[in-house]
Amino acid sequence: MKKFDTQVQYLKYKVLREVAGKAWDDTLYEKILDIPKIIIPGPTPTTRCCIYKERAIVEERIKIAMGGDKSNPNVIEVIDLACDECPVAGYEVTDVCRGCLAHRCQDACKKDAIYFDHNQKAHIDKSKCVECGKCSAVCPYGAIVNFKRPCEKSCKVKAISMGPNKAAKIDNDKCISCGSCVYQCPFGAIMDKSYIINVIDILKKSQHNQKYKTYAVVAPSISSQFVHAKLGQVISGIKELGFFTVVEAALGADMVAYKETQELIEKGFLTSSCCPAFVMYIKKNFPKLVEHISHNLSPAAEIAKYIKETDPTAKVIFIGPCTAKKAEFQQEIQKQYVDSILTFEELQALFDSKDLDIYSLPEDVLDNASYYGRIFARSGGLTDAVKQALIELGRTDFEVKPVVCNGIEECRMALLKVGKIDIGNFIEGMACVGGCIAGAGCLTHGEKNKAEVDKYGMEAYEKTIQDAIKVLKK
Amino acid sequence: MTIKICIGSSCHLKGSQKVIELFEKSIQENQLEEKVKLVGSFCLGKCSNAGVNVCIDDKEIVSVTPENFYSFFNDKVLKYIK
Repeated sequence: MKKFDTQVQYLKYKVLREVAGKAWDDTLYEKILDIPKIIIPGPTPTTRCCIYKERAIVEERIKIAMGGDKSNPNVIEVIDLACDECPVAGYEVTDVCRGCLAHRCQDACKKDAIYFDHNQKAHIDKSKCVECGKCSAVCPYGAIVNFKRPCEKSCKVKAISMGPNKAAKIDNDKCISCGSCVYQCPFGAIMDKSYIINVIDILKKSQHNQKYKTYAVVAPSISSQFVHAKLGQVISGIKELGFFTVVEAALGADMVAYKETQELIEKGFLTSSCCPAFVMYIKKNFPKLVEHISHNLSPAAEIAKYIKETDPTAKVIFIGPCTAKKAEFQQEIQKQYVDSILTFEELQALFDSKDLDIYSLPEDVLDNASYYGRIFARSGGLTDAVKQALIELGRTDFEVKPVVCNGIEECRMALLKVGKIDIGNFIEGMACVGGCIAGAGCLTHGEKNKAEVDKYGMEAYEKTIQDAIKVLKK
Repeated sequence: MTIKICIGSSCHLKGSQKVIELFEKSIQENQLEEKVKLVGSFCLGKCSNAGVNVCIDDKEIVSVTPENFYSFFNDKVLKYIK
């Protein structure tokens, strides 16, 4: 049964599972040195030059599974040892060049960087080339290839470069912790720090929810995950782990949709606050636009706040697809409401560390939110919710002109235009292309995930936002 | 008096919405807005009860359905307030 998209995720999962398993029985510090050998039994190496390097890398993964480098504030970390130091040549003409007559490449190059040898084959003068890629786009043979590192290519905010030791280096002033490099690095050399130990600790200290209650807040994108089990079985599984109950983050989304709509009417221009990577992107790159960021909490923090108001001793753990959420909950305000974060990858590791077979569990229920709260998980969902909220608030006189930005590149394009040309009055920004369902902490990323979220939305008992949040407003 | 109504998934599907409406209506009819506070709460831990779990002033948890609502409201709310 396929649980992950790549072998890199599988390896990361195995480390998390081992670490979690030992944390449950309090033997982690005693048996930690055994883990590399369990994961890389040898004697034949399977991924690197020798089993000793493989085990050394596993040791680094264990460190990150246990919270990583405390002196580095970023939740995304490079494992220097695991970085294969991919070539960084940029655009190169390959052997596929036929030495044709057309020379479209030369024509396309505005920098006069293309020259030809005596065989009419093209070459790129690197001293002139600006890596624009125009030559590559016009070559009829596809002979010009961009040898760019996958991590750098995936990082649309240009936070990754080559460090002095040739390993990838993350610029924390630019990084928005979206995790796209984590998912894209073919060698698994970039990882998100895990708080799985911290979560196990919270669950254990609650003494079966006697001392305090531990609430799981799950993101609506869970509907596109754990595809082989029913959602109700996943909910049962979460309770089996020791959580008192499971609440939908989508209910927080319903609450946010209402408040954000009112804020939009009041201010006249707003950028959304539910995607932590998008918010971080504005703060780091468009400081002048910070005042336009919605003052509302993210849906996860909003519902966590509500839980803590009704049950002051509660501990709240958010389970979602997002690595940037791990950065969000360390901020002063959010820290009060959310106690820890798990990704879906880590949830899978937790299930398996307890040998929980979720497929054999009975189906529990999960139903608090409306259709609109649930579709926050995909790009365009928040905008649909705001439109609905305007109708429910009876403010159809206010015209929302949404700009739905799917992925951080589209966000950048929209933000650059703000104040220069009239682009609209509400920017919905999602750092991941597709929305939360494409988050780096997802087990699987697929085309059909959007349909799964919409289906889950349709199954909501509440059809309007008002229905879902009615009682909360008391 | 604070009345806590469970809006966790299980009670939700058993109709907490309907029970809340009944509470709102009865509170209004008896003009108790000043005296009774309705709050939503997540799971009260008695999901196997037949009705929606309701808890008054953090005392006993009672299962309320639209059918037994009025007798509950009379016995546990009105009597204590008037």
